[in-house]
Amino acid sequence: MDVLSLFPAWLLEHGAAFAIVLPLLMGAITAILPSRTLAWWTAFIVTLVVTVTSFGLVLNMLSEGATIYSMGGWDPPHGISLVVDALSAPVLLLISAMAVLTVVYGMPATVAEVEPKKRAPFYAAFLICFAGLMGMVVTGDAFNVFVFLEVSSISTYALVAMGSARDRRALTASYNYLIMGSIGATFFVIGLGFLYMETGTLNMADMARILADLDGGSRVAKVAFGFIIVGLGLKLAMFPLHTWLPGAYAYAPSMMTIFLASTATKAALYLLLRFSFTIFDPSFDYVGVLMKYLLVGVGIVGMIFASLQAIFQTDVRRTLAFSSVAQVGYMLLGVGLATAAGLAAGYLHLLNHAIIKGGLFLALGAFWYRFGITRIDDFEGLSKTMPLTMAAFTVSALSLIGVPFTAGFVSKVNLATAAADKGWWWAVGVIVVTSVLAIIYMGRILLLAYFGDAPEIDGEKAKRNEAPLMMLVPMWVLAIMSIAIGSNIFNLGDNFVGAAEAAARLLLGGGA
Amino acid sequence: MIDILQINPGLWIILAGIICAFMPVGHVRKTLVLLAPLFAGVMIFQIYGAQEVIGGVINYAGIEFTTLRIDRLSMIWGYLFCLAGVLNAIYALHEKCRITDSSALIYTGAAIAGVFAGDLLTLFIFWELTALSSVFLVWKGGERSYAAGLRYLAVHVFSGVLLLAGAIVYGRANGGDFTFGHIGLDSPGGLMLLLAMGIKCGFPLFHNWIQDAYPKASITGTVILSVFTTKLALYAIARGFAGEDILIYIGAVMAVFPVFFAVIENDLRRVLAYSLNNQLGFMVCAIGIGTPLAMNGVAGQVITHVIFKGLLFMTMGAVMFRTGTAKASELGGLFRSMPFTTVFCLIGAGSIAAFPLLAAFVTKSMILSAALEEHLYIPLAMLLFASAGVMEHSGIKVPYFTFFSHDSGRRVKEAPWNMLTAMGLASLLCIVFAFPFGGYQLLYSLLPYEVNYHPYTPDHVIFQLQLLFAAITAFCVLKKYGLYPSEKRAEVIDFDWTYRKLGLGIARWIGAMWTRLSVNMTGVRKTCVDGMGKKLYQIFSPAGAMSAAAPSGLAAVLTAGMLVIALLIMFIT
Repeated sequence: MDVLSLFPAWLLEHGAAFAIVLPLLMGAITAILPSRTLAWWTAFIVTLVVTVTSFGLVLNMLSEGATIYSMGGWDPPHGISLVVDALSAPVLLLISAMAVLTVVYGMPATVAEVEPKKRAPFYAAFLICFAGLMGMVVTGDAFNVFVFLEVSSISTYALVAMGSARDRRALTASYNYLIMGSIGATFFVIGLGFLYMETGTLNMADMARILADLDGGSRVAKVAFGFIIVGLGLKLAMFPLHTWLPGAYAYAPSMMTIFLASTATKAALYLLLRFSFTIFDPSFDYVGVLMKYLLVGVGIVGMIFASLQAIFQTDVRRTLAFSSVAQVGYMLLGVGLATAAGLAAGYLHLLNHAIIKGGLFLALGAFWYRFGITRIDDFEGLSKTMPLTMAAFTVSALSLIGVPFTAGFVSKVNLATAAADKGWWWAVGVIVVTSVLAIIYMGRILLLAYFGDAPEIDGEKAKRNEAPLMMLVPMWVLAIMSIAIGSNIFNLGDNFVGAAEAAARLLLGGGA
Repeated sequence: MIDILQINPGLWIILAGIICAFMPVGHVRKTLVLLAPLFAGVMIFQIYGAQEVIGGVINYAGIEFTTLRIDRLSMIWGYLFCLAGVLNAIYALHEKCRITDSSALIYTGAAIAGVFAGDLLTLFIFWELTALSSVFLVWKGGERSYAAGLRYLAVHVFSGVLLLAGAIVYGRANGGDFTFGHIGLDSPGGLMLLLAMGIKCGFPLFHNWIQDAYPKASITGTVILSVFTTKLALYAIARGFAGEDILIYIGAVMAVFPVFFAVIENDLRRVLAYSLNNQLGFMVCAIGIGTPLAMNGVAGQVITHVIFKGLLFMTMGAVMFRTGTAKASELGGLFRSMPFTTVFCLIGAGSIAAFPLLAAFVTKSMILSAALEEHLYIPLAMLLFASAGVMEHSGIKVPYFTFFSHDSGRRVKEAPWNMLTAMGLASLLCIVFAFPFGGYQLLYSLLPYEVNYHPYTPDHVIFQLQLLFAAITAFCVLKKYGLYPSEKRAEVIDFDWTYRKLGLGIARWIGAMWTRLSVNMTGVRKTCVDGMGKKLYQIFSPAGAMSAAAPSGLAAVLTAGMLVIALLIMFIT
């Protein structure tokens, strides 16, 4: 069946712009909506429509190839262009799909976590953050990237701070994130400034052409690249610039944690790929060297250190947050390999990790929702009191560890193969060791949940108290996705690997 | 729509076995047990015409599995296993046990499916499945069999793992081609594969699981077990390693050494297990010779062997069913109360000893002639000795001590009708397959190569009779002068001593030492491990150095530091 023909032509033509403008506009309207239910419905419908649009864009990209949309009819390089290609389309779909799932989950969760009068603004900020992330990914204009980066970041700071109704530490976490995020954004925009100085254009394609003509450009381009990498590195929680992340993940409202963990760092990583491969080029000496030594170096160190740190945490949210930092290390390793296989593995891990971590944080939010649980010690006997939620958590945890027939296995094996192909056997060793560390930090939680007895409350065993359906559905969607990718059910695994390989081909200049 | 003829016939039997596992009604189960092998046989007939058939190709994870390959060689094993499945089903009709029924079916099906596997990975899957399904038959033998079952399982799982490893090494070396054809020993993968198959086939020093597990299984269990596992391995060797010289000597040794153990063994089912080993030796040796005559001998021998060996195990099972024991020292004089069983046992014994007009005569002569034609005199001599030995322990000892000898005073009923039917059918086949007028020609029509061999020449017959009568004379003389090892209650332990006694002893010693060591070392270990743990904790825990909430200022400095490093890297290189 030709799904693509079901989409109206105007949606496919203007879809790229539509996916940013709709949430941005509706965000403004949502802010002044009187009722929280109405706000939720708005957010839900907007994210759903955008997801459908992204899906259409992906299909369109697959059949027609990359499309470049000129904003307001102004052709690039003077106007702003929106680019939907093999690299950006899957990330667009990922972000919007995760947004729908988190909004579905958010219905019960926000009731518990956000003050009543702040709920409409909460959804508004969420929509704006969502619009910013979509914009970061789809835009073809370098300065526009900065604008959308700030749009998403500023709304994220506010959203993290809203966790203060649950835990006052959210305020410091948010402040910390604000300072760090601003530094990152500043570095990024300084880098852009240098780049503009060197090339005299802000359009990405144009920049790439001019830089190639200049054969990498002068020292200014080098400095620009350094600033951009460090700025983005901060945004994507590259070790040791990740210090904002555990706090932000741990104390934000759980809906926001899910969304942040599965999209925000991913969008930043996407930008890293975009900048270092399609604007700059690894064939420039300084780019290749920086990727080989800095990205791989911090990736490897981050994998080990963050995994160790995850082991010793007492708060599950922080365990998962550190594990995220470690997983970013995997992706950086894939990027640093700079081979087709390595890039594909890194990109695939980007997609898979969003699904895995999203599932884990969803389940974690449900545990908090029912029992107020965030500490590992409190997991004792959770498999008896919340069996379905715990089962979903387990599936995602196994996937994070990289057990065969799960998504995590596919991307880790691809990454290890890519490293081995390049002869980096030590990297294979590090992957194995950190996977063992992952077994320890996730296994510790699972052991308690499955082999511990349910705690006694007032002399009675805690009763079974399953998470509400609106939490169970998104969490199982992600858990089943994990398995489907790993076992290639519905060809999902092949499609993901195929998308990653297409992205890698595009990055290495082989066309979409 | 899946083409029914693309499905490996063994899978039907496995399916029936799975249904049996959940089927509470005994009669339905028995019908399934009886009909499933018949149906599989019909399916083989439908699928296989005259040419090699390859089908059921499945692509999974980039590897091609050929789940169905029937040619002249595998066809023989396929039909044979179906036949054996039917005979076993008749034999076990009286037994009401869901586990036996379903595991027997799955086991039979897995063996057939394994024989029809076209690539090494499919073979591996069914290889392991035969082990996993059959271990329940061992365990049905009662308490005593539990440890034996575990040993059996361990050996077979190890063999399977070795097979998989070998298959991968071999497949890699061949560029990802896992097709199961002639393998040969010139690659490390081939060696591993032969070792894996050798373990399952009971090569010398790897043979102990046969004598260990088979006699301890249940009555019907032993009959079923004796058919499939070793023969599946034999098929694999015949397909992969035909004509490898080393097999000639392995086979000859394998044929000879069990004779000594069998003669002194008291448990008659164990005697039969040794003679099973000895028979396999003949066939392995013939595979090593590898000429068309030898391969015909192997194929023919495997057909008759399954029938008469099954028959012998069946008679012993029947005796055990009625008397509760299969120990030579507790039996004797049963020919009065079990006349039919006695006759069947004598037919089986005559067959295994290769009396003219009985089953193994034709096929064993083929193997011996093949050895003679290739001028392999030493192996020939060993095989001749083994033939005499077979006569000694299986041909004479088993029937003599059970049915004749001194009267044990037991007066029992004749075996149940279903056992008699199964034994009768097997006996009939034993006679038919060696019948000089149209009988062995029927056997010939099944063999893989053109046969041009006439067993009933005077010199063959006379030579064989001489050999047999010499053995009988020896037995009589030894018996007369009281030199024959009398039946004693004792457990004969051969090479399995190494792991059943020595290995266990070493394991126990290590265990004891480890306990002592750990008591002494606790202090040291504790300090070390705790010290390490503390260090790690101090660095990484929430209270540790790494996790101290980094003030934004410090983080900003870090960021600047990263930039400096980045710039340095870029500028210096």
